[in-house]
Amino acid sequence: MAGLGSVCSRRLAGFVSLLLLVFMAVIGSASPDAATGANETLRNSSEHRKAFPVLAFNYEHVSKPFVISLWILLALLMKLGFHLIPRVSHIVPESCLLIFVGLLVGGIIKAMDQTPPVLDTKLFFLYLLPPIILDAGYFLPIRPFTENMGTILVFAVVGTLWNAFFIGGMMFAVCQIEAAQVGHVDLLSCLLFGSIISAVDPVAVLAVFEEIHINELLHILVFGESLLNDAVTVVLYHLFEEFAHEGTVTVGDALLGVVSFFVVSVGGVMVGFIYGVLGAFTSRFTSHSRVIEPLFVFLYSYMAYLSAEVFHLSGIMSLIACGVIMRPYVEANISHKSYTTIKYFLKMWSSVSETLIFIFLGVSTVEGPHNWNWIFVIFTLILCLLSRVLGVVGLTFIINKFRIIKLTKKDQFIVAYGGLRGAIAFSLGFLLTDTEKKDMFLTAIITVIFFTVFVQGMTIRPLVELLAVKKKKESKASINEEIHTQFLDHLLTGIEDICGHYGHHHWKDKLNRFNRKYVKKWLIAGDRSSEPQLISFYNKMEMKEAMMLVESGSAAKLPSLASAASLQNAQQRAPPKQRAIPSISKTREQEIRKILRANLQKTRQRLRSYSRHDLFSDPFEDSMSEIRFRKQRVQMERRMSHYLTVPANRQETPSARKVWFEPEHKVYTYDESESPRDGAALETLPDTVSLLSESPQRPGQSSRLRKRGDTEPSANAPDSQEEPQKLSRCFSDPGPKEEEEEGEG
Amino acid sequence: MGSLQSSPSHQDYVDLAEKTGFSFEQISILHKRFKQLSHNEDKLRREHFGQITDLHANPIREQIVEAFFDKRNFYQEIEEPVSEISFENFLVVMSNFRPPSDNMSQEKLVKVRKEKLRFLFNMHDTDKDGTITLEEYRHVVEELLSYYEALETETARGIADAAMLEVASITRGHMEPDEFYEGITFEHFLKLLEGFDIESRMNIRFMNMDTTTLCKLECRNKVCSE
Repeated sequence: MAGLGSVCSRRLAGFVSLLLLVFMAVIGSASPDAATGANETLRNSSEHRKAFPVLAFNYEHVSKPFVISLWILLALLMKLGFHLIPRVSHIVPESCLLIFVGLLVGGIIKAMDQTPPVLDTKLFFLYLLPPIILDAGYFLPIRPFTENMGTILVFAVVGTLWNAFFIGGMMFAVCQIEAAQVGHVDLLSCLLFGSIISAVDPVAVLAVFEEIHINELLHILVFGESLLNDAVTVVLYHLFEEFAHEGTVTVGDALLGVVSFFVVSVGGVMVGFIYGVLGAFTSRFTSHSRVIEPLFVFLYSYMAYLSAEVFHLSGIMSLIACGVIMRPYVEANISHKSYTTIKYFLKMWSSVSETLIFIFLGVSTVEGPHNWNWIFVIFTLILCLLSRVLGVVGLTFIINKFRIIKLTKKDQFIVAYGGLRGAIAFSLGFLLTDTEKKDMFLTAIITVIFFTVFVQGMTIRPLVELLAVKKKKESKASINEEIHTQFLDHLLTGIEDICGHYGHHHWKDKLNRFNRKYVKKWLIAGDRSSEPQLISFYNKMEMKEAMMLVESGSAAKLPSLASAASLQNAQQRAPPKQRAIPSISKTREQEIRKILRANLQKTRQRLRSYSRHDLFSDPFEDSMSEIRFRKQRVQMERRMSHYLTVPANRQETPSARKVWFEPEHKVYTYDESESPRDGAALETLPDTVSLLSESPQRPGQSSRLRKRGDTEPSANAPDSQEEPQKLSRCFSDPGPKEEEEEGEG
Repeated sequence: MGSLQSSPSHQDYVDLAEKTGFSFEQISILHKRFKQLSHNEDKLRREHFGQITDLHANPIREQIVEAFFDKRNFYQEIEEPVSEISFENFLVVMSNFRPPSDNMSQEKLVKVRKEKLRFLFNMHDTDKDGTITLEEYRHVVEELLSYYEALETETARGIADAAMLEVASITRGHMEPDEFYEGITFEHFLKLLEGFDIESRMNIRFMNMDTTTLCKLECRNKVCSE
């Protein structure tokens, strides 16, 4: 009862606050007549002697930023609101809900006879789109992308071309039908329309696919296609727009178009490449100003986008190229905090952008001058679907001849079904200058967008379940998998060499060697440049774990204890099999632990006095790396001497905290309030297995707890108090009592 | 070039094709390569592999070459030590890298996966005792990291140790203090790489047409067939 009541009251509160904000937004966008009026009266009445205005109302002054902030606030509150209504957010993808809200708001504003803000093309292309694309590009999973590059390119280029011409051509045929009364639309306009509507939209794809967790291959295929088809769209759009006025296209123009395509795409990539290298190079020198590191990443990328747009090159490809090139080098150079900042900011901006885009789409729909023509719209819809299906099936037939892993019918269906249209099509349509056809086109475009986002977006999830499409594997960062990935790379390169043909792996290996020898030396600071990938991977894992240990406060006391205890153990028990066991002397062991402790205390003191300017040198990180290395050496050696010294009494606690290192682009926070349970603590199995419970930011993630075999080696930060006692109890020999006390001191 | 009697007849090709799953064209191309490597002899020896210049830069070349001479990969009884292999053995080892065919049933896929993992396992388990011990795994990691210069063995060890711990935790769960983890058996190895889609990764594109640019071989005192 109480539960129901609280749920109801929460919903009520949510709704009321939403409504309030809607009204505020409406008022905000209303003209500030009242404000000027008030000012004038003030001035008029005090012509003799101006009384000092105690309280004044001057809205104009802040109207623009006020309105913008209000809109953003509204959008974000909507996002929050959706999660108060649990069932809806499961069925309906967020993008649909946002469009719906936009419709509502637009309707309300219209009802009040105000002019709502429209999704202005400039606003969209210059401010709203870049964060989303940068976010996508920066966290693009490189391996699957490059492995499927051929397929993605074929879909993006040939597929989009096919779509554009098919839709354009067929629509022209449709327009010839007398009943439609659209005979005035000529071929070129139709082709223009086709080129606008044919492109798969990255924003929509991201929004929908993000929630269905489909397997990596399909995700990267559709997503990659949506990113790379920008070049084709840009060229086709400009080509047809230029000539829509002229009326005819010659063969020469068509050839120029082809050349232009190469220029646009390759040029865009080059621009991105240059800025990426610049960004990487700059990051090499930022060791003394860590605070501004993230800004470099953002600004260089944004400049890449803008520079490409200046020359009418493909801004999206430029942005992607910049992010992809910059990332490995920048990440080797910047501090961990900057890395987190970049990740968070990108996610934040792209999230806000996406929300705003969808809301504005809804508002613009209500607002825009519409010219509804049944036949035109219906046929557009049908043709879009048809051309997509035909395109995908036909292309896959050809592509499968060249692929090792063929695309199955199920895959093809998902790729075809996932071809969503979105705001890019709308904005491009908005740019059209010919008002008569523009309205009709816009209406059709909006209809297609709505259809794909609502119908396809909502039904793709149940379809995925129905067809039992492979879902994304919850991959933990496992060091074994990393080792084997690298092993396989070298193995396959070797086999290719033996076979005698220069294949895919051979060239990849050559590129890696070139990268290692020359490029890394230039772009990565200091001795990190020669750090092998495996080690940086391992270090990252250790770093994460070390940070969590320290932040939870009880830190290195444990490892030293464990190592001390296990040292005792090892020396007292001869291992059953003959194995080479390294041993370090006890004095060295003590030295190490003293240093560890000292470092940790230093760290904790520094952490307390935190100010922005203190971040110059990152003491946290320096001690972290020291701790990490020492701990690594000591801990591993000790434990490896008899593999595992996990005490037997560690039972599985039912709610043992678990974590895995989620794939990098997921942003997670961990709950500092969660303290690990007592019994669970001891296992300091740091490395890959499970550490903390995480609550990812992206909505829709539910379960995090997972059983791994029969183990639940659980959380890190142990309860320090219980630790020492437990440890000593676990081992048959009394254990190093003196060291324990030292450790706690 | 090359004497007629050393080239297998079409009939042999059929047998090989059936055994390994390669097509005739692929077999004949690989045979050409075999003959090039072995200088037209019947059998291939270890030093023949040493001629491949590209292989020198590979950090795990020794294991790769050893894999060709590993009797466990031949599916037939040969006495150890194997010092030379025939074309059939060469082909059998190569067939581990064939991509699974399109319309394979689920169980066949599982079988293929197991075979590939078995091959990997044999590569790691150099003393052929059926388990990958810590020392062997350390060796693997060290080899991988030897690709890069300036490395301390400590770090390599650390990584290998962490990896072993992970295996132990996956397969054995928590262990008693006096339990000892002997090494990774094949079942553990399977479990370890459960999430690793090896059947789609461990593949080489074998050409059907003779477009191979047969890589340069080091010529030593013999006439090279280029």
